[in-house]
Amino acid sequence: MSRSLPVLTVTAVLIALWYLAVIPMNATWEYDQARRAGSELPFAEMVARTMAQERPVLPAPHQVVIGLYEQTVGCDAVGRRMCRETTPLTVQGFGQRVAAAFTSNRSLIYHAGVTLSATMLGFLIGTGGGILLAIGIVYNRAMDASVMPWAIASQTIPIIALAPMIIVVLNSVGISGLVPKAIIAAYLSFFPVVVGMVKGLRSPDAMQMDQMKTWSATGGQVFARLRLPMSMPYLFASLKIGIAAALVGTIVGELPIQQGGLGVRLLSGSYYGQTIQIWAALFAAAILAAALVGIVGLIERRVLARMGMKR
Amino acid sequence: MSGLMQGRGAWIRLGLAVAVLAACWWPRAAGAQPGDLTLVALTAALALSILAPGLGQAGRAVALLAMGLALSLAGGPLAFQQGGAEAGGFWAAAIAVWLGAWLLVALVAELPWRRGPWGLIAPLIFGATILWAWESVVRALDVPRVILPAPSEIAARLASSTDTLWIDLVQTFGRGALAGFAIGCGSAFLFALVVDRYPFLKRGLLPVGNFLAALPIIGTAPIFVMWFGFDWPSKAAVVVAMVFFPMLVNTVQGLAATEAMQRDLMRTYSASWGQTLLRLRLPAAMPFIFNGLKICATLALIGAIVAEFFGSPTYGMGFRISTEVGRLSLDMVWAEIAVAAALGSAFYGVWALLERQVTFWHPSQRGR
Repeated sequence: MSRSLPVLTVTAVLIALWYLAVIPMNATWEYDQARRAGSELPFAEMVARTMAQERPVLPAPHQVVIGLYEQTVGCDAVGRRMCRETTPLTVQGFGQRVAAAFTSNRSLIYHAGVTLSATMLGFLIGTGGGILLAIGIVYNRAMDASVMPWAIASQTIPIIALAPMIIVVLNSVGISGLVPKAIIAAYLSFFPVVVGMVKGLRSPDAMQMDQMKTWSATGGQVFARLRLPMSMPYLFASLKIGIAAALVGTIVGELPIQQGGLGVRLLSGSYYGQTIQIWAALFAAAILAAALVGIVGLIERRVLARMGMKR
Repeated sequence: MSGLMQGRGAWIRLGLAVAVLAACWWPRAAGAQPGDLTLVALTAALALSILAPGLGQAGRAVALLAMGLALSLAGGPLAFQQGGAEAGGFWAAAIAVWLGAWLLVALVAELPWRRGPWGLIAPLIFGATILWAWESVVRALDVPRVILPAPSEIAARLASSTDTLWIDLVQTFGRGALAGFAIGCGSAFLFALVVDRYPFLKRGLLPVGNFLAALPIIGTAPIFVMWFGFDWPSKAAVVVAMVFFPMLVNTVQGLAATEAMQRDLMRTYSASWGQTLLRLRLPAAMPFIFNGLKICATLALIGAIVAEFFGSPTYGMGFRISTEVGRLSLDMVWAEIAVAAALGSAFYGVWALLERQVTFWHPSQRGR
């Protein structure tokens, strides 16, 4: 409770600031329109109009929320027929619309699904590979000395710049769709997992290792009973970074070849000046990111609590 | 023969021996097979790898140096004198060089000196081996240039188009990323000082800031391009949006890093808020602030490059990458990526060096 009041206040202030910013950002256009029509524009009328423009420079928060609704299960998104059938909207009709939204390529739910599937596939590949490499690095001194510095250095370079090339090259050899985007998501989530997992597997101190030795534990037992459990907090910390990075990678990977996804919605919105569409796609991406990070966080809390490492 | 299976890396050594023998015995028909120099050098490397572990420290260092020399003598012609459609002898020799390099790294990693510049030897050998393997595989298999250009072609492109690369670098890094980094980190730092004075604001803003920092802020790029136009101000704005919250959260955490005892001591000196800040809390916050700066340094370049994918003038690193990919001149793309990689690590390195100067007292900076 001690945190929710400040958080709510800060959020409310941010939204109020957003509403305030809408007025000057959109006012110029309204004054231009009024001058062209040769009419006076009273201030109150101008403020009301800036909140309801078709293509605002900055859409008001409620416009974004309505846009988000319209572009997920609204009439445009699910198609005319479905819309007519479900129009006074009942709970059942809403369910039908949501079901239709999963397959309609005008719906953000469909596009979020495209992005999510590539993100998850890439995240699983990247995480699995990262954990395997980390184990190799911890148990092989040659790999530690030669690969680890590159894994650390790769964190400082903008590897996302490779994304357009991977998409286009794979497309030219006939691989398209999910896989190229997943590869980008995989290599973006790979390096954080390697670095975090190596740190985690090395976190048992000398005393704990000695204890295992006094029990004459085998290498496999030391790994399964000591190193792996102790690496869990580090693993989850890097999983949260990795999944957010995988989502960004997928969105950027969707830009060069447009086959659906939130990145496509962002880019096509900016081509046609559909600002509400951009903001709705942006919020959909934010909700997706928050949900993914939140799920990883939830699993983290459950796992660490079960292991007695509650923080 | 007993040395072959002795000590660590025995199986690699055995594999190396088998590969060298195969390379020697494979019938040498066409001119594109491993030459005498390669075979002699490979045999020498094998002998050295068996000899080296038995020597003293200085002797081992010399033996490893010789082994590295032998491997590069063997690998060089293998990589550069190929014309496609190689036979078994070539691949046996290539595998032998790869295994030899692996052995070399393993032996170097066991040398007692690991600190400072010595630690860089093993990763550099590994990097060189990767480049060598890339070069020889691309040449030997005749991989089309529109799929993967060889490193030598990328290097040639890098050398021949320095002026274009420089223009792109100035536009993307010098204008977009640096301006955004300075404005974003500077304003986040000042705002953190304000936040720090009001505990209510701190409790409310930290979770919100942490939440916002995890979102794909890069998606604001099309909006900023619309607001600020195609040129660098829109890129700087994206960078500001990306770096603001990580920097804010880190600085606020850092300002809270002092202990009650330390603050009490400042109070007994009757130090003012400004004095406490300057003498105690800012120095104590420096590890956190530098952590934020290092995170932001990598984010800045990413933001500036990706923002250019959404619209830019006809120069800039992101613009060059996306258009040259469209024209399938991948050597230019790789050259641009090489510049971006070097730039990214250099920018990060600057902050890491500064950190070492400023927070020399912190436990994480102590020599091991």
